[in-house]
Amino acid sequence: MSGSLFLPILVVAPLVGALVVALLPKDRPALAKQVALGWSLAILAVVVVMWTRFDPGGDRFQFRFTGTWIKAWDANFTFATDGIALVMLALIALLVPVVILASWDDAENSRRSVPTYFALMLALESTMLGVFAAADVFLFYVFFEVMLVPMYFLIGAYGGQRRQYAAVKFFLYSLVGGLFMLAAVIGLWVLGGETFDWQKLLAADFSTGAERWLFLGFFLAFAIKAPFFPFHTWLPDAGSAAPAGAAALLVGVLDKVGTFGILRYCLPLFPQASKYFAPMGLVLALVGVIYGALLAIGQQDLKRLVAYTSIAHFGFIGIGIFAFTTQAGSGAVLYMVNHGLATGLLFLVVGMFVARRGSALVSDFGGAGKLIPVLAGVFLVAGMASLALPGTSPFVSEFLVLLGTFTVNKPVAIIATAGIILAAAYVLWMIQRTTQGTLNPALESVTPMKKDISRREIAVVTPLVVLLLVLGIYPKPVLDVINPAVQATMSDIGKKDPAPTAEGAR
Amino acid sequence: MLAAEAIKGPSIHYAGILPMLILFGAACLGVLVEAGVPHRRRFPVQLGLSLAALVAALVAVILAADTDEVTASGAIAVDGPGLFLQGTIIVLGLVALLLISERTVERGGAFVAQAAVTANTDADRDQAENQSGATEVYPLVIFSLAGMMLFASANDLLTMFVALEVFSLPLYLLCALARRRRLLSQEAAVKYFLLGAFASAFFLFGIAMVYGYANSVQFSGINQAVRASANDVVLLYVGLGMLAIGLLFKAALVPFHVWTPDVYQGAPTPITALMAACTKVAAFGGLLRVLYVAFQGSVWNYRPVLGTIAVLTMVIGSVLAVTQTDIKRLLAYSSIANAGYVLVGVLAVTQEGLSSSLFYLVAYGFSVLAAFGIVTLVRDPDGEATHLSRWAGLGRRSPLYAALFTFLLLAFAGIPLTSGFTAKFGVFAAAIKADQTWLVIAGVITSAVLAFPYLRVVVLMWLSEPAETTPAVSLPGALTAAAVTIGVAMTLLLGVVPQPLLDIAESAVPFAR
Repeated sequence: MSGSLFLPILVVAPLVGALVVALLPKDRPALAKQVALGWSLAILAVVVVMWTRFDPGGDRFQFRFTGTWIKAWDANFTFATDGIALVMLALIALLVPVVILASWDDAENSRRSVPTYFALMLALESTMLGVFAAADVFLFYVFFEVMLVPMYFLIGAYGGQRRQYAAVKFFLYSLVGGLFMLAAVIGLWVLGGETFDWQKLLAADFSTGAERWLFLGFFLAFAIKAPFFPFHTWLPDAGSAAPAGAAALLVGVLDKVGTFGILRYCLPLFPQASKYFAPMGLVLALVGVIYGALLAIGQQDLKRLVAYTSIAHFGFIGIGIFAFTTQAGSGAVLYMVNHGLATGLLFLVVGMFVARRGSALVSDFGGAGKLIPVLAGVFLVAGMASLALPGTSPFVSEFLVLLGTFTVNKPVAIIATAGIILAAAYVLWMIQRTTQGTLNPALESVTPMKKDISRREIAVVTPLVVLLLVLGIYPKPVLDVINPAVQATMSDIGKKDPAPTAEGAR
Repeated sequence: MLAAEAIKGPSIHYAGILPMLILFGAACLGVLVEAGVPHRRRFPVQLGLSLAALVAALVAVILAADTDEVTASGAIAVDGPGLFLQGTIIVLGLVALLLISERTVERGGAFVAQAAVTANTDADRDQAENQSGATEVYPLVIFSLAGMMLFASANDLLTMFVALEVFSLPLYLLCALARRRRLLSQEAAVKYFLLGAFASAFFLFGIAMVYGYANSVQFSGINQAVRASANDVVLLYVGLGMLAIGLLFKAALVPFHVWTPDVYQGAPTPITALMAACTKVAAFGGLLRVLYVAFQGSVWNYRPVLGTIAVLTMVIGSVLAVTQTDIKRLLAYSSIANAGYVLVGVLAVTQEGLSSSLFYLVAYGFSVLAAFGIVTLVRDPDGEATHLSRWAGLGRRSPLYAALFTFLLLAFAGIPLTSGFTAKFGVFAAAIKADQTWLVIAGVITSAVLAFPYLRVVVLMWLSEPAETTPAVSLPGALTAAAVTIGVAMTLLLGVVPQPLLDIAESAVPFAR
């Protein structure tokens, strides 16, 4: 056991918090909420300290910690973070308290145990932080799978209609991907010299065929998780059935494990195969951009709509990753952060709408802006951020992705640009149908619809809105952290250029 | 003088076979207790005797730990894998014995007082309600466990056959002794007996064939013959095939699995637990020794066949598990599929294959014991409520046991931080190392299929509203509570800190020859 204790603390602390909250008496729900919120804020503080101590110009991996776990398999508790993981850790640490605050009354409405809900949230935070902090493939896999369990119960026990179906679908889709990854993980272990250490595996050489199969094993899991077309069908179900807070975490963070996994595991460990399969990745991503946007336009359910927009956004991230330029790569990572903020905000605001109206159908709203002008305004901001309006941070990342892609692959960049137009279509149309126009008479009879944004809700949206605007104007602090890590990833792909071999030789 | 020298007895390593001697002795004593001790005092005496014998046998196994030799004229191998399997059978048997001895959950225990009373008569109803269960189960269980230990250590085919019968016959009887639903229980016993008898006959015939080929029933002799004999190999393959039928039947591998769901459902649940845990260990112990020691030279011949059987077992076990509506049948199909995963490890035919299979058997044994232990607790006035619809909303009524069962289901599904994951990882890694990747691919696909029925139970317990008829969980007696606790704790421990057991399993290989 040696190294910096920051990351182990980040993983263990929320778990301890989850246990504490779970053991609180059920008849005192307010206490559970306060403890959960306080705990998650403390974790945010730890991450902030880490951020200040992170040296962007220093080692690629910092805050390294190693402890022996299973000697026989050389699996260790190795934690370390590069710039990409650090920004994701920060995103998680920020989103969890926000989501806890936003979910203040959700658990009561479900008639189930309130402390359990918040305990599950903290348990989820622990596994999410773990999956990004792991620098050992085995450890990563463990977190990748265990992460499913708290989310499964959050959706299945506290969700809306069809929650059981959505929870099982979510679990099975992810598990299928995870099990193929397990086969690939074992294959990697056998062929890579019986070690799980990421650094050591980086130096391993594989035969062309083996490398491609291993890549596909990992990629399938990540493509389901992200999700890329055609593995996306679980997301709209899960996103619409989950309580708003859990949906924000699901789309905002959980799915980023997929794109993060491609960047951290597929690209550096299997560089040749990554190049070989890059066209496939680009095509899937491109289809996702267009297809997700088209489906989003057609949705009648607000939560499903937001879920489909995410599929389009994940397409952009995928394009950024498989363009193999530093610009596009940095754009993709920044997109991951911004999408977490923007879509997280959008989900939470939609949740506020749904909580008031008791329905998520677009047709049940209409002219809501007249009743709740401030909340409608926040909705507009979230929508604008989601369609990447200049001045909001998603614009920066989308622009970087397209710019970086255009330099190497013009057709892809041009087609992807169509996605921007479609994004404008689904966001504007959604806002127009829900908050603009003549007031839907049915709304006036719903009492909660007359109550505009509450103080708690202001506290929920403020940090997200502020970050979206600040990072839209001045993204440098985040880009400074991301850039070296992306450059290192790109050089991982580049430095192992193939030795010349005869055509067709396998 | 000459005659006296000629009949010198074989040298016997008594310390090495002491565990079996202790258990066989205790079982015989148990029979005497049935004959001599007053009815009222038999239960504590039998329980104490059985527990003491198992603990003593475990100590004897540990003391013999480093032995590595073939003794009793080559009939018994006292070696690492054999002792590991013996220890496993003893420990799992001990936990199962706790379930078997529970008498507070159901008044008088899970066993019928007099098995000879005709089912569904007034006398039968009277004994079901008012009389405490038979204590014959104790010597029967101990005989069975001792037979399993001998089966896992037998080093020639004839000893193996004797051991097979010694452990099977008591099991047939035990299956018929359920206090409730006695017709189902008796039907299960008859099915198990008839099919088991067929399997034994095949096994015996196989021995004859192999003897015809190898001119020996000892594993070392067969091994030499496989490498060098000039006899017709048809005898060898037919013989091996018939031996395999007997072994695959006991291990419940497709296509010799059809008895499993019926027997698991009909047998008294503690006996089901005993069969799912211990019989599986013994059957795979025997299979491992036959394949690794006697027929190692034929690995290229049997691997494709057994590989296909492994794939079929995983596929059929997992697919049929999806359609089950009874928790005991669901666990039965799950145990079939799990046998397929062990076979994946076995078919690596390497040291890793051996040690990972051993690890899997231990891990699965504890989980399945705890799972059946919880099944015995979910009851209504008519006994156990095993239909899945009755489990709806159990999480609301008894969150603790629903949570424990959920944990076990996640372990069966192979989620990390449970023993199910580490065990699967081990066998899959061994198979990939031995270039049997196709088995692993089949393994992961069926694992995903198998996750569905487990999730369905989780959904039922937690996410469905409790029905009017949802039974409460009985407050377990100390014995069941201990068994469930041990099973769940081991499932967690072997998932989080598997290293100690991995070390033991690794140091146990290879087989003595």
